[in-house]
Amino acid sequence: MSRKILKKTAKIALVTVFWLLVWQIAALAVGKELLLPPPLSVFKTLIALMGTGRFWLSLAHTLLRVLIGFLMGIAAGTLLGALTGSVPFADALLSPLRSIIKATPVTSFIVLLLLYLSPVRTPVAVAFLMVTPIAWANVAKGVATTDPQLLEMAKTFRFGRGKTLKSVYVPSVLPHFLTAATTGFGFAWKSCVAAEVIAMSKNSIGKALYESKLYLETPELFAWTAAIILISMALEAILVKGIGRLTNDKR
Amino acid sequence: MISVKNVSFAYKSADGKAEKPILSCFSLELPDGFVTAVMGESGSGKTTLAKLLLGLIEPDSGEITGIEGKRISAVFQEDRLLPWYSARRNIAAVLKGTKTENAALTDAILEEMELSDSADKPIRELSGGMQRRVAIGRALAFGGDLLILDEPLKGLDPELQNRIVPRIKNRFSTILLITHSEDEARKFGAEKTVKLK
Repeated sequence: MSRKILKKTAKIALVTVFWLLVWQIAALAVGKELLLPPPLSVFKTLIALMGTGRFWLSLAHTLLRVLIGFLMGIAAGTLLGALTGSVPFADALLSPLRSIIKATPVTSFIVLLLLYLSPVRTPVAVAFLMVTPIAWANVAKGVATTDPQLLEMAKTFRFGRGKTLKSVYVPSVLPHFLTAATTGFGFAWKSCVAAEVIAMSKNSIGKALYESKLYLETPELFAWTAAIILISMALEAILVKGIGRLTNDKR
Repeated sequence: MISVKNVSFAYKSADGKAEKPILSCFSLELPDGFVTAVMGESGSGKTTLAKLLLGLIEPDSGEITGIEGKRISAVFQEDRLLPWYSARRNIAAVLKGTKTENAALTDAILEEMELSDSADKPIRELSGGMQRRVAIGRALAFGGDLLILDEPLKGLDPELQNRIVPRIKNRFSTILLITHSEDEARKFGAEKTVKLK
């Protein structure tokens, strides 16, 4: 292991230990596991949960919903962003829709969508609605700010549409897309689980969270939350690494 | 022969109104096989003329004849390189041949531009002079009937300029050189000089 990695690992460990200590002290101060369970109790509950089929089934279903909503949102946002970033009339026509989606509280969407969709599909639709405007705004910005001098160069050297897209637009938009993907993924997770809590979606982390709260199983509530945070962080890291590799692999 | 006849052009402001014409009833003939130099200070319309010839903008009045079906290559005033590509990929990007043909031509151009050792470095890692040579190399690789050079030797040291100019002239016989430097026009052996005011 190189010295740099060792230093980085030590730093992360130190920060983790610090916050776990803060948590432990706070739990001791509160003195009631029902209100604030100590980290060890949450850790033990998480390990116990991981030994059950319910944990993995809920995790798999929630993850699938998040991924479907996220990918649909990224696809729709990218298409809309490309359109509104390059056609001013389309921007004028469609931008109010983006503003409305962005300004609407997620709970309003959840309650509204539950009128039309099943509790299983609502979280997917909510994640989709949260991710779409983020991808849309970022891709539109990337397209609109593509260097006009490079576009003139592409025209001079007869790149054609395909090559202009591949060699000029895509690399220009990629950093904006990366921002949208990482931000959007976090939103997809949070909104999807929130929708599952309200919709009581079958086999979901949201439902498990709600039931933990209902039966005053605070350590379990914390354990599920910790699982959500850990998985979200891990998947976001994979996403950043994957797109980062794409960004660097263009020589 | 390419002819620019009584061409006028004015850039439009944000509200669509035409500003003061940058070119007014301008005429120029570019005879085949000659180097024509267009000289003038900044803001005299030199770069606008290049854009008109490249078809990037349309004249407000007048006409440009003899460019139909012609392939026009250019070295812009700015390098306009794709920053995410290497020198090699920037040059190869303008080629349409087979992979083997493109590789052979790119290698030859890189050698002519004295960039073989830096061919695979990202553009950002190259010096200003090296980036200029990539821009020149790209224009040479594209080929064509006319080469428009907008201050092409900017950032190159005099010795390098002396080596590069004959290599450019070896690949293009009809050249429009846009410059404000008489020395640059002399180096290219401009047979005809037009002054823009």
